[in-house]
Amino acid sequence: MIVELGLLCTIVGLLLACLLAVAGLAGAGLQQPRLMNACGSLVVGQFVFCALAFGVLVHAFATDDFSVAYVARNSNTLLPWYFKVSAVWGAHEGSFLLWILVTTVWTLAVALTGAHLSLSYRARVLGVMGLLNVGFLSFLIFTSNPFERLLPLTPTQGSDLNPLLQDIGLIIHPPMLYIGYVGFSVAFAFAVAALLSGRLDTAWARWSRPWTNTAWAFLTVGIALGSWWAYYELGWGGWWFWDPVENASFMPWLMGTALVHSLAVTEKRGTFKSWTVLLALSTFTLSLLGAFIVRSGVLTSVHAFAVDPERGLFILAFLALVVGGSLILYALRASVITSAATYAWLSREAFVLLNNVLLVCAVGLVLVGTLFPLAYEAVTGGDKISVGVPYFNFGFVPLMGLLAVALGFAPMLRWKRTSFSLLANRVLWIGAISVGLGVLLPLMWLGAVDVRVVLTVALGLWIILSHLVDLARRLRNTRGVPPGGYLGMLVAHMGFAVTLIGVGMASQLTVERDLPMQPGEKLVVSGYQFQFVGVTEERGPNYIAQRGRVLVQPAPTGEVVQGAGASDDAFTLLPEKRRYMAGGNIMTEASIDAGLLRDVFVSLGEPLDGGAWALRIQVKPFVRWLWLGALLMAAGGVLAVTDARYRRRRVVAVAEDTAPGETLVVGRSGQA
Amino acid sequence: MHPKRKSRLFLVLFLLAGVGITVGLVLLALNENLNLFYPPDKVVNGEAPVDRLIRAGGMVKDGSVVRGQNLEVEFVVTDHAGSEFRVLYAGILPDLFREGQGILVQGKLDASRTLVAQEVLAKHDENYMPPELAEMETQAPKPAAPSLPGLDEAAPLNSGGGA
Repeated sequence: MIVELGLLCTIVGLLLACLLAVAGLAGAGLQQPRLMNACGSLVVGQFVFCALAFGVLVHAFATDDFSVAYVARNSNTLLPWYFKVSAVWGAHEGSFLLWILVTTVWTLAVALTGAHLSLSYRARVLGVMGLLNVGFLSFLIFTSNPFERLLPLTPTQGSDLNPLLQDIGLIIHPPMLYIGYVGFSVAFAFAVAALLSGRLDTAWARWSRPWTNTAWAFLTVGIALGSWWAYYELGWGGWWFWDPVENASFMPWLMGTALVHSLAVTEKRGTFKSWTVLLALSTFTLSLLGAFIVRSGVLTSVHAFAVDPERGLFILAFLALVVGGSLILYALRASVITSAATYAWLSREAFVLLNNVLLVCAVGLVLVGTLFPLAYEAVTGGDKISVGVPYFNFGFVPLMGLLAVALGFAPMLRWKRTSFSLLANRVLWIGAISVGLGVLLPLMWLGAVDVRVVLTVALGLWIILSHLVDLARRLRNTRGVPPGGYLGMLVAHMGFAVTLIGVGMASQLTVERDLPMQPGEKLVVSGYQFQFVGVTEERGPNYIAQRGRVLVQPAPTGEVVQGAGASDDAFTLLPEKRRYMAGGNIMTEASIDAGLLRDVFVSLGEPLDGGAWALRIQVKPFVRWLWLGALLMAAGGVLAVTDARYRRRRVVAVAEDTAPGETLVVGRSGQA
Repeated sequence: MHPKRKSRLFLVLFLLAGVGITVGLVLLALNENLNLFYPPDKVVNGEAPVDRLIRAGGMVKDGSVVRGQNLEVEFVVTDHAGSEFRVLYAGILPDLFREGQGILVQGKLDASRTLVAQEVLAKHDENYMPPELAEMETQAPKPAAPSLPGLDEAAPLNSGGGA
C-alpha cells in the first residue's frame, strides 16, 4: 500500500511541477503578480511530494519489500542497513528519483534565497526549473517507475546489490555527482530567464555566480570520489580510465570550469555576455547528456536503444527540446546583447578567454573520443571500435599544460590591461625558481632527471609560487583578511596545481610489479621489502574472503633506495579476494598504506599451484595529491561563495544593485 | 582600427587558432588510437590486421587455459561456431576470467595469428557484458541466464592489466 502512495506522490509532484512551470513562465510573461507569487508554495509542494516518494522507496529497501521489482533486483536481506539505503541509488530507476529529489531541493533553495531577485525574474527562474522537473518526472513515471510491483510472484530474497557498489565511496559519490549535475540547472535557468526577459545585464551573472560555484564544487568532489573509488575498489590501482562513464561527468565539469571563470568577467566587466550565456546553456546540456546517456546504457552500444526504445526515445526528445529550445531562444535574443568594455592582450579578460578556449577544446576532445565509437557503429551498421587511452592523453595533456602555464599569470593580471614591465620582473624570477627547483628536486629525490617529471614539478611550483607571492604582497599592502572571492581563487588554483603534481608524478613514477609469490617469499620494490606470509579464509557479513597477509618494511641496507618516503616503520597489508554469497560475484579488495608522499598498494590476483598467489604490488608516489587537489578546488569554489559581496546586499542594495542597466526591485532586497 | 573591432578580431583569431589546433590534434590522435573489434571468425579468416593494436573477443574455450612461468598464460578464444584463435598473455587475469566465459582481449596478432594480449577484460559481474560481446553471447549454445537490467553505471570494465 505504502509503495502505491510513493507512485502517487510522484504523480502529484508532476502535477505541481506543471503548475509551477505555468505559473512561473506565464505569470512573468503576462505580468500577473498573483501567479508569480504562487511559485513559492508550488516549489515547496513539489519538494514535499518528491521527498515523500523518495522516503517511500527508502522504506521499501529498509524493510526488504521484495514485492517491489526494483528492490528485488538491487537488494538482499544480508546487506547491512547502510548499503540497503544506498542501494536506492544503485541502479537506474532509484538514482533517477534521487536526481528528481535533488532538482526539487535546488529549486527550493532558489525560492528561499531568491528574495533579492525581481519578482518576474524569480518567477521565470523557478518556472524554467519547474519545466525541467516536468521532463524528469514524466521520464520517471512513464519509462522508469521504481515502484513497479512483482506480483503475485514475489521473491523471498533479492538478487543483491552489485558488490562493487557496496562501499562507502559509492554511498556518497552519486549524490555528490547529482547535486553537481543538477546544480548547473540553476545556472541554466538563470540564463534562460535572462534571455526571456531580454535583460542580459551584469546582474544575472552576479546572481548565478554563487549557484554555479556551489554546483561546480559538488561536481568536483563527486568526480574525485569516483576516481578514488575506482582506485581502491576496482582493485587494480588505476585512478582514471577515460571510460565513457567518467567522461560523461568530466565534460560538464570542464565546461562548468569555463563557466565559473567567464561569469566572473561578465559580472565584473560586463563583457563576454553572450559567450557566458552559451556556456551556461551548454554546461547543463552536457550534464543532461552525461547523466541520461550513461543511465540509458547507450554509450555501451547503439543497440542499448533497442533494449528499451521507450527510454531512449524519451531521452532523445527531451535533449532535443532542451538544446533546441534554449539555442533558438539564444539565437533570437543574442542580438540584443551588447558589450561596451574593451581590454588589452595582457589583461585578466584575455587570460580568462584563453582559459575558456583551452577548456572548451578539452571538452571537444573528450566529446569526440566518447561519442566516436557510437557514431562509427551507427554509420558502418554495427562494426565496433574503441578509442584508446593514448588518444585522450595525447590531446588532453598538452591542453592542460598550456592551461597551467597561463594559470600562473592569473594572480598578477589586472582587469583591462596590465603593464608588461611590472609583470616581467615577477614572471622572470618566479619562473626561474620554478624551473630551477623543478630540475633540482627530482634530481635530489630520484637521482635522475626526466623531462616529464621536471615539467610536472616546475608547472606545479610556478602556479603555487605565483599565487603565494601575490598573497604575500596583498597582505603587506592591505590589512585584514582578503575577501572570500580572492581566497577562493587562490585555494582553487593551488588545488589545480596539487592535482597536476599528483597526476604527473603518479603516472610517471609508479613502480608496478605483477608476479607469483610463494608463502614466505620476499621481494624488494622501490625501497620497500614485501614479504608474502600467506592466505587465510575470513567471513564477512555477506561474503567469504581469502585474505592475504603481506609484511612491508623498508628494504634492508645495501639495496638502492629509489624513491624517498620509505619510513622506518614496518606495516602489514591485508588484500582480499571476496566471494559474495548472494550473487556469487568475486571481488578484489586491495590493501593500501596511504601516505602524503606515496601509497603502497597490494592486491591479490589468483591462486596458483603449490599455495602460491599472483600478486600486484605498486608503489605510487604522490597519488593522494590528485584527490587532495580536487578537494582544494572544491573548497575554493565554496570559499568564493562566502564572499561578503553576496551577503552585503541588504545594506548597499540601493547603491550597488541599481547601477545603470540593472534590474532590481529595491523593495524586495531582503535576505540573501 | 576601432579598439572594439580590434579586440573582436583578436577574439575570433584566437578561437580559430584554438579550434584549428584542437581539430588537428584530435584527427591525428584519433587516427592512431582507434582499435577495431574483431570476432573470432574475422581473426581466423585474415580480415584482422597483423601487428596492429586491435580488440578481439569471444568465449574462453573449455580446457584451453595453460599457465606458464611468471603469470604467463595461454588460452583459446572461440565463438562456438567453428572459429577460434590462440591468446598469449602475461599478467594478472580479471576476477571473472573463467573457462566458458566471454572475454575481450586487446593486443596485436603475430605472424602465426596468435594474439599477444596487452590487456584482458572480462565481465564485471553476472549481468554486465562488454558491449562488443553482448550480441555474441546470445548466439552461444548455452542460453544466458535471464539478465536483470540495472547497474549499468558500474564504471569501467574490470581490467586485469589496466592501471
